[in-house]
Formats: sequence, structure tokens, C-alpha cells
Amino acid sequence: MSVVTLTINDKLVSAQAGQSLLSAIKDQGIDIPTLCCLEGLTDWGGCRLCMVEVVGSPRLVASCVTPVAEGMVIQTESQRLTAYRKMIVELLLSERNHICASCVMNGGCELQSVAAKLGVDHVRYDYLCPDLPMDASHERNVMDPNRCILCTRCVRVCDQVEGAHTLDVMGRGIQQRVIAGLNQAWGTSRSCTKCGKCVQVCPTGALFKKGATAAEMEKQHDFLIWILDGREKKIWRWS
Amino acid sequence: MNRTELYAMAQAELDRQQKFRCRLLCCASTPCISSGGTAVYEAVKQAIEAEGLQAEVEAVATGCVGPCSRGPLITVKMEGREDVVYEQVTPEMAARILDKHLRSKPVALDDKMLPADWPFFVKQKKIVLADSGTVDPEKLESYVARGGYTALGHALREMTPEEVCEEIARSGIRGRGGAGYPSGLKWHMVRKAPGEKKYVVANGDEGDPGAYMDRTLMESDPHRVLEGMAIAGYAVGADQGYIYVRGEYPLAAKRLEKAIRAAERRGLLGSRVLDSNFSFRIDIRMGAGAFVCGEETALMASIMGRRGQPVPRPPYPANKGLWGGPTLINNVETFGNIAAIIGNGAEWYASFGTEKSKGAKIFALAGKVNNTGLIEVPIGITLREIVYDIGGGIPGGRAFKAAQTGGPSGGCIPAEYLDTPIDYETLQKLGSIMGSGGLIVMDDQSCMPDVAKFFMEFCMDESCGKCTPCRVGTVQMHRMLDKITNGTATMDDLKRLEELCLMVKESSLCGLGQTAPNPIYSTLRYFRDEYEAHIKDHHCPAGVCQFGAKAV
Ligand SMILES: Cc1cc2nc3c(=O)[nH]c(=O)nc-3n(C[C@H](O)[C@H](O)[C@H](O)COP(=O)(O)O)c2cc1C
Ligand code: SF4
Ligand code: SF4
Ligand code: SF4
Ligand code: SF4
Ligand code: FES
Repeated sequence: MSVVTLTINDKLVSAQAGQSLLSAIKDQGIDIPTLCCLEGLTDWGGCRLCMVEVVGSPRLVASCVTPVAEGMVIQTESQRLTAYRKMIVELLLSERNHICASCVMNGGCELQSVAAKLGVDHVRYDYLCPDLPMDASHERNVMDPNRCILCTRCVRVCDQVEGAHTLDVMGRGIQQRVIAGLNQAWGTSRSCTKCGKCVQVCPTGALFKKGATAAEMEKQHDFLIWILDGREKKIWRWS
Repeated sequence: MNRTELYAMAQAELDRQQKFRCRLLCCASTPCISSGGTAVYEAVKQAIEAEGLQAEVEAVATGCVGPCSRGPLITVKMEGREDVVYEQVTPEMAARILDKHLRSKPVALDDKMLPADWPFFVKQKKIVLADSGTVDPEKLESYVARGGYTALGHALREMTPEEVCEEIARSGIRGRGGAGYPSGLKWHMVRKAPGEKKYVVANGDEGDPGAYMDRTLMESDPHRVLEGMAIAGYAVGADQGYIYVRGEYPLAAKRLEKAIRAAERRGLLGSRVLDSNFSFRIDIRMGAGAFVCGEETALMASIMGRRGQPVPRPPYPANKGLWGGPTLINNVETFGNIAAIIGNGAEWYASFGTEKSKGAKIFALAGKVNNTGLIEVPIGITLREIVYDIGGGIPGGRAFKAAQTGGPSGGCIPAEYLDTPIDYETLQKLGSIMGSGGLIVMDDQSCMPDVAKFFMEFCMDESCGKCTPCRVGTVQMHRMLDKITNGTATMDDLKRLEELCLMVKESSLCGLGQTAPNPIYSTLRYFRDEYEAHIKDHHCPAGVCQFGAKAV
């Protein structure tokens, strides 16, 4: 496989052609916030937290969906990037109802931890707080759209890994919603295998196991790589 | 059919038309239909029959003539005389028009007659719309009689695909869908891209509020678009084309469908076009009413039957488009120029326009201006000529305040720039864009923050919702503008608004979010005092905004 060289934060590094910029950045041990991206799923490019500056271009690029290119010069940190990332997190928090104290994911939530890391201690925008009904019709899982950030990880895992395509999104703009089946109660959807993959990949408290308390609700993403490694590379990890 | 048969078809139709002493061209485009054009056309046909004039007079339902607000329009064409155009024709007037022109009776119709030297017509340069208003869009022969499909024949027989791309490049034409990307460059890229199966897509989604250039072209002269697409197919090596028509345009789709069928029947589309080795099919795809589906990656997703949502570029459609094949996407107006360029040569085309922006551009002239309608003007014309000469000035003699171009991605040009030439670069420098061609004139009774709010509401409703800055940012920007226009905002809100604008512009995934803040930017740039008057003085200088609660 061919190798490209690029400059990340003033350091000359090499990466594999076709690799995403995000993974090249992570290979350098650089921390960069992400929400919609998850190893094992196709890239989405929706949350825009992973954006970086490309020197010589006014436009910012989302590193998860940008392939590395020879001679690229990028910066992963700057005042502007931090300010924008904060604003994006604030927008996400303002969009639905994120009252962490009453959320099952409190303490284990990716949105919460990104907010904490970026130092988002208040939201400068109006809380929109739409009144969205919870769906507890599923035998094992609960969907609370009030905590959803529309990252579509659940939609992608259900389609691409489980192969059920039970979940999808409907509507556009701020009216977008994650739905099950043909916008029916989740529990009545006959395609759902109840595998629970969607719950495990959801970064927030939008999807959780029925009956779980805040302390118990812990999400494991590693399973995705175990499954995919086993399926595609025949590497099984039994630990 | 081959080229000889094509010429024969043209001659036969011309001979047929010559037999009539008079031809009455009735506009059958959507604006005229909505003001009663269908009844007028029927009345004209009835009057011809009632007077037994079928052998001498022909009534033709044509495409758009231009001054849409004055419809229904009828053009009287008589051998050896200048054309006469009547405005606001009623069914009752049909018989009187016949009396006046064929029976030479003294009928008082002068007040409905548009002057032949009317600046609205004289100042225009019609390239794409050259035949709109004279050809019958539902009749292939009518287009062929005007020289239709000869450019395609010329390209197929006398030019290599590379030469066709080169000719387009030399003409200097830039995409008419908004961004103004050089079309020749794009064609070369698709031609050179490796791939077995390539595609040509005509973008007829046209979601911008107030714009109807593309609809009119598809309705008025569908074959011109098809011919342009076929030439493009030959040039880039594609054998399949799609024309993506906005769902709200059923008449355009119907006429295109009819045109495709007619062209296929005569061997002008389909397999072995004009008896050459080139085959080209065109299929119609109907949109379901999402503005974002005009964005090229979303458009392709929609054509492939998926959710119409943008994906990041690269890869560009020219390399990896529909089903992974190289795909040429152009606006329908861009395709409308192609036959004229190939037919008359690149030099001819490049003689219109400015140094860097060639040709003519269609605008939908709307707002506070006396003559609204569709115009095609040489690029480089000044705004003053458009508003005061073609548009006939502002009703009530009020003062010109600004012109908004480029729709929700655009901005406004204030009065001090009335004399600057309209081209891609100048508009960009002024903080607006050429866009697809919406041009809204505003007088001193327009409130600029309110205008910005209108466009933001559009973007908010039309955001696809995939990326955070656009999905939530547009809603928050709209709320801040709402506060400004209802008098509850503070200067702090304005600062927050500006910060948000910049973030949404620089972080959004596709053009919709990247340009959504433009109307705010440009109104702030020229009319910041109006924003401040709303916030600080609790006063709307234009007298538009109603203030409820007092600011706290
Ligand atoms: C949100 C959005 C909407 C668009 N809508 C249209 C449209 O309705 N028609 C169009 O031709 N181009 C539209 N475009 C531009 C297209 O993506 C594309 O650039 C264009 O069709 C290319 O053709 P051209 O080079 O001939 O202009 C839109 C772009 C964006 C970002
Ligand atoms: S999903 Fe995360 S951010 Fe939202 S309320 Fe729950 S813990 Fe807080
Ligand atoms: S439980 Fe499994 S099958 Fe059901 S929606 Fe979630 S991922 Fe899809
Ligand atoms: S439910 Fe969870 S995984 Fe699915 S889109 Fe919402 S936040 Fe993302
Ligand atoms: S910028 Fe707006 S329309 Fe474009 S992908 Fe993002 S949310 Fe969708
Ligand atoms: S992680 Fe890259 S856009 Fe969300």
C-alpha cells in the first residue's frame, strides 16, 4: 500500500493512502473530539466536531470524512477550532432536552464528556426543548428522542452490522427524528432482532437498556470491532 | 433519421408555416396560464373557426415571452409586418384582434399593445430564450424548423468529443446553477475520468424562492435542453442522461416527457442518434420538493433512490458520481446554451459578456419594479439598466433601496452600486452572488433585518439536518433575527449572531449551510444602522416591523 506524507500540527508524518485524516491524526496520539464517527461504521461527517484547519484554505474540513493527501498541512488545534467546537456542542445541547442530572447516561455520556473537555459550562443559545414522546414499547430497549443528537450511529449499525435496517431517520432539518420501522412503535417493528447494537453505539442517553439505572448503564463500543474482526478477518477475541 | 432528413423536416415545417397569412402566438407558460392564458388560447382558436379562417390563421401555444406580470400575452406574426405583442389579453379580445389584423377593422386595442421599441425587449440579449415565445414546446417540428438538432448533428459528424469540450471551454461559459464553475473544465474532467459507464445530469431542481428561470426554459423550449444534454453526452462519453425536475413543475415534466418521446421516435435521441454510432437515452426524475436536492451530491442520491442528503466532496461527481461512474452535472440553463455555442461557435458566444463572464444570463426579475418577469441580459449589464430600463423603474416613483440576488445563498446590492456591471466577480466582491438568477428589487419600504429573516426561515426549513451547524445553527440564527425584528434583542444578541454566522459558514457540510448566513452578512454590511435602530432605538426605519413587548 502506498504511503503519503503530510504535516499535522507542524510535524511531518506518514499515513497510508486512502486512510482518513482522523485516523492519521489519532495515530499520532492526538486527541480530537468526535461524536458521529465510530470505528467500524461508515463515516458520516455530520457532527462536525472533528474539523481541522487545512493550511492555505479558508474552509474547515471534517477530518473523519477527508482522505489524507500528499503534502497536506493541517492544524488540529486553534482558537478558532476550539471556539467553533464549543459552539457546536452548545447547539447540540440547545437542540433537545439535556438535563444530565435526570439522565440515565449521566457520567457515561459522550456528549457530556466532550462538553466537559471543551469547557462548555453554559449554553449561549435558547433551549429549544421540543416535547418528544419516549418510546418504551420495545421489550429490551428504550428510545428517548429528547437526548438524541442525530448522529445516526444507531441507524448505521443496525443497517451495516446487524443488517436489519430497523432504524432510520425521517423529516429534515430540526424536524429530523430517528424512527423505527415505518415510524411505528419500536416494539411493533418486526425487523428488529433485539440485538441491542444500537443501544451500545449510541453516544448519549437516547437509547438505553430497559430498567437500567444511571450507574449500570455503560456502553461498550469495542464489541463492534470484535464482530467485524471476526467476520472479516477471522480474528476472534474470547476474553 | 439522418441530417438530410432533419433538414427536410425543417423545410417542411417552414413551408407549412408560410401557408398562413397570420400566426397568433399565445403564451402557454405557467405565469400566463395562471392569469387565464388557457382560456385565451381556446378563445383564439374558436374565433378563428367561427370566422372560417383556419386556412389563413394559425393559433400556436408557445413558451414564455418574458413580461410575465402582464400576461396573458399574444404575439401577432404577419408576413412583412413587425410583430405586435398584446398584454393582459382576455378571451373576449380574441375576435377583436382578428378583426384588427385580418379584417383591418379599426378596433381600439392600442392600450393593450406593447411598443415595439419597449426597452424591456430591446435591452435584452436572448440566447437561451431566443426561441421561447415563438416555438411550440409540444411540437418537435417547431423546434427543428428553428434549426434545432443541427448543432448535435454537427458535433456528431464534424467534431471529436475532445473538440466539443474544447469549444465549450473556449466559449468561456460558466455554470448557471449558482457557483459559476467553468463548464468546459468540468466537461474535460468527466471526459478524461476513467470509467466504463458515464452519466449526464441536468439539474432542474430550482428550489430558490422566487426563481423560475429553469422551469420556464423546460416548459418553453424542452428540446433545447435535451439537445444540449445529448451534445454533452457525446462530448464526455455518456450514453445515459437524467433530467431532475422539481416536483412542483408538472407542466415542465409533461412537456419534457413529450419532447423525449418525440425525439426518440425520430432518432434524435435513443440508439444511434442521427444515424451515428452515438446512443443517448434521457430519463426524467422527479424531485419531491427539497431545496437541498439541488445540491449535486444530494441530487445524485435522490436519483439513485436514496434519501436526498449531501455527502462530502471529494470525490467529485466528475470522478465518482451516479453508481460510482463519472457524472457530468450541469444546470438546465447551462445546457440551454450548448446548442447555440456549438452552432455559432465559441467566438460568437464569447463576444457577449465581460472579460471573465461570458454570454448572457436569465434573471427572474421580481419585487418592487414595474415590469416583472423573465429577462435574459448580457452579463456585464448594469443594475440600473435592469431596474430602470428593462424593469421600468419602481412603482410610485419610490426610491430604490437594494436588489437581492442569489436567493438564500446571496445578498443584496445597495443603491450606491446601481452602476456596477453585473458579473460573477463584481457581485462576489459586493458580498452577493450571481446565483441561479433570482433578482428581487426592494424600495425604501423594505426592512433589511426582516429580509434577512425571511431567507433564514427558508434555510431553516430546508436544511436537511445532517450536520449540526446548519441544522441547529439556522434555527438559532432565525430566533435571533426574530428577536431583532420584534424589538427584544440586545447588542449582545447581535454579536452572538455574527459569531454564529461565521461558524455556520465555515463548518457546514454543504453549500446550503455554508451560504445560509450570506443574507445576514450582506444586510449587515450595508444596513447595519437598521439593525442597530431595531435594537437600540426600538424602531424600524422602514416601518415594517411591529414591536410588541419592550426590550428588557
Ligand atoms: C443547497 C443547494 C441547492 C442547489 N440548488 C440548485 C438548483 O436548484 N439548480 C441547480 O442547477 N443547481 C443548484 N445547486 C448547485 C449544484 O449543486 C451544482 O453546482 C450545479 O447544478 C452545477 O451546474 P452548473 O455548473 O451548470 O451550474 C445547488 C447547490 C446547493 C448547495
Ligand atoms: S444524553 Fe448526555 S448530555 Fe444529554 S442529558 Fe444525558 S448525559 Fe446529559
Ligand atoms: S436492537 Fe438491533 S435490530 Fe433492533 S434496532 Fe437496534 S440494532 Fe437494529
Ligand atoms: S439515538 Fe443515539 S445513536 Fe441514534 S442518532 Fe440519536 S444519539 Fe445517535
Ligand atoms: S449544510 Fe445543511 S443541508 Fe447541507 S448537509 Fe449540513 S444540514 Fe444538510
Ligand atoms: S466525527 Fe467527524 S463529523 Fe462527526
